Amino acid sequence: MAYEKYRRWQPLALLTVLLIAIALTAAFAPPALQRTVTDALIKLVTVLGLFIFIGNSGVFSFGHVGFMAVGGYISAILTILPAKKHVALHLPAALEALQLPGAMSAAIAVLATACFAYLVAVPFVRLRGIALPMATFALLVIVHVVALNWQDVTGGRQALVGLPRFTNIWVALAGACFALAVAALHQQSRSGLALRCSRENEVAAAATGIDVARERLIAFVLSAAVVALGGVLYAHFLGTMTANTFYLDLTFVTLTMLVVGGMRSLTGACAGVALVSVVSELFRTIERGASFGDLTIKAPPGLQEIALSIILVTILIVRPRGLMSDWELSFPLRSASRKEE
Amino acid sequence: MIFLQNAIDAISLGAVYALAALGIGLIFSIMRLINFAHGELIMIGGFTLYGLAGQPYLVMALAAVLAVAVMALGMERIAFRPLRNANPATLLVASFAVSYLVQHVILMIFGSRPMGIDFLPELGGSLEFGGLRLPKLQLIAIVATIALMTSLALFFRYARTGIEMRAAAEDFTMARLVGVRANRVIAVAFVISGVLASVVSLYLVAQAGTVSYKMGVNLVLMAFVASVIGGMGSLVGAALGGFLVGMLSASLQAYLPVDLRAYRDAFVFLAFISFLLWRPQGLLVSHADQERV
Repeated sequence: MAYEKYRRWQPLALLTVLLIAIALTAAFAPPALQRTVTDALIKLVTVLGLFIFIGNSGVFSFGHVGFMAVGGYISAILTILPAKKHVALHLPAALEALQLPGAMSAAIAVLATACFAYLVAVPFVRLRGIALPMATFALLVIVHVVALNWQDVTGGRQALVGLPRFTNIWVALAGACFALAVAALHQQSRSGLALRCSRENEVAAAATGIDVARERLIAFVLSAAVVALGGVLYAHFLGTMTANTFYLDLTFVTLTMLVVGGMRSLTGACAGVALVSVVSELFRTIERGASFGDLTIKAPPGLQEIALSIILVTILIVRPRGLMSDWELSFPLRSASRKEE
Repeated sequence: MIFLQNAIDAISLGAVYALAALGIGLIFSIMRLINFAHGELIMIGGFTLYGLAGQPYLVMALAAVLAVAVMALGMERIAFRPLRNANPATLLVASFAVSYLVQHVILMIFGSRPMGIDFLPELGGSLEFGGLRLPKLQLIAIVATIALMTSLALFFRYARTGIEMRAAAEDFTMARLVGVRANRVIAVAFVISGVLASVVSLYLVAQAGTVSYKMGVNLVLMAFVASVIGGMGSLVGAALGGFLVGMLSASLQAYLPVDLRAYRDAFVFLAFISFLLWRPQGLLVSHADQERV
């Protein structure tokens, strides 16, 4: 029964193959479409990061986009040309002279953000009920206000420009596969299992000896690290950093992706990113003006966001557990739970 | 004297936050929904005023109140009623979506740039009392808040619907069992919440003289904080929380060193997090909110 032993890694393997297949196909597509797929892969990194905490614990966090911002800014400061930093920012001399290669700065940014997340999480995980989501909301606002006003380090209200744009489709693919592996490993680990147990019934979990606060802490830090990786990739994809990029709008889009696909499974998280990206791209095309034969449809900006919010509300009403609910991609295409029956 | 002046500013800001927090707290107490879209109700009020610019002020104001109340009812009917049994986090996400939807519909129609509008410019001046500056608008805000709160308190104390709403806030299922009609109570709650929001938008528009599709967001974030600090589900708490947050915000503005003033909101939210850690259930706890196992 060696096969059964590896069965739980099936979703990870299948989703990775699927991602590689999509990226390979997109590599032959026109550059505009390639950029869209790269963007979707970066969002996937973030959404998988959100999944690690929100999906497994069942507790919403509205603050993770703040970790994207922290990761992005750290990586920006470590990679921008010293001459450019001298003009735009006022950093300590040692930091100003520093210019690291992309991979190293990404690693430092992710680790530093994880440390920051740990400091935040230690008090946060003690909160119960709606207080924890509210506290993460407050965290998002704090990070935003600081990013918007700390002229010397973040450039304040002006965009921070000149980040090396090293995130191409292959880098994004590598990031997405890495995030997928981390999320799957955590999901199947003892800690992940205990956390999911507390999601179903917090009191019962605590009664069976699960330290809910500890498992939440582990997931929160891990998820912040993955989300920070998403932020680093996104910053080096756009080539600029602004405080407003990493605020309510991005929070909304990433949460929509997670909830629409289904926050209880890895497959759901991936499906949500795919669906929302396709819908966004479709409406963006219409906003630019799409021609079908003689007919040209052009809509004012805002249509994309309207469509997304309608989809989100509809999913919440009709299918509150998301499109995939608990289902994980497996072969043959049937759920593990049905097999046990 | 400077202290007195700061106190007046703090109280008037607190009054506005208290009104917004009451609107949020009212809905939460009955259906456990933290209504992020409350900010968009305020925004709709602003745009109604914009659309009717040039009419008599009374007509503009009444139309704004009416439009916001209808909007609040619509939100409840379309988005929140089907979700009535969902958990608070799901409801919060749903209200996030509604807020985003309304914002972008307005963005699509009016564009993203703030638009100027003259509404009660006469209230721009201030009265002087022996060196104290009393802006007329802030005086009116304080008076209006006190009047609204008194009438709300009377409504909850004596009116049949008000008593039913208090019962529903205490224990929704039990209230239904003894004959409180759920749909009616929730609809009335949304109407009241809408009226409170429209008063806030009257104040905002008279003060800033502009409307934009994001005008409600910052205020509603503060009102969130206020209603949680007061104790979610407690109306007195929400009002109290509003005053506290307003006063904290105004005193930070007055007493922070100049180069830290831009970070005022960060300090407010930091204080909020510390408060949550100290007393996560809020200042005034409603019995319905205590977790039972």
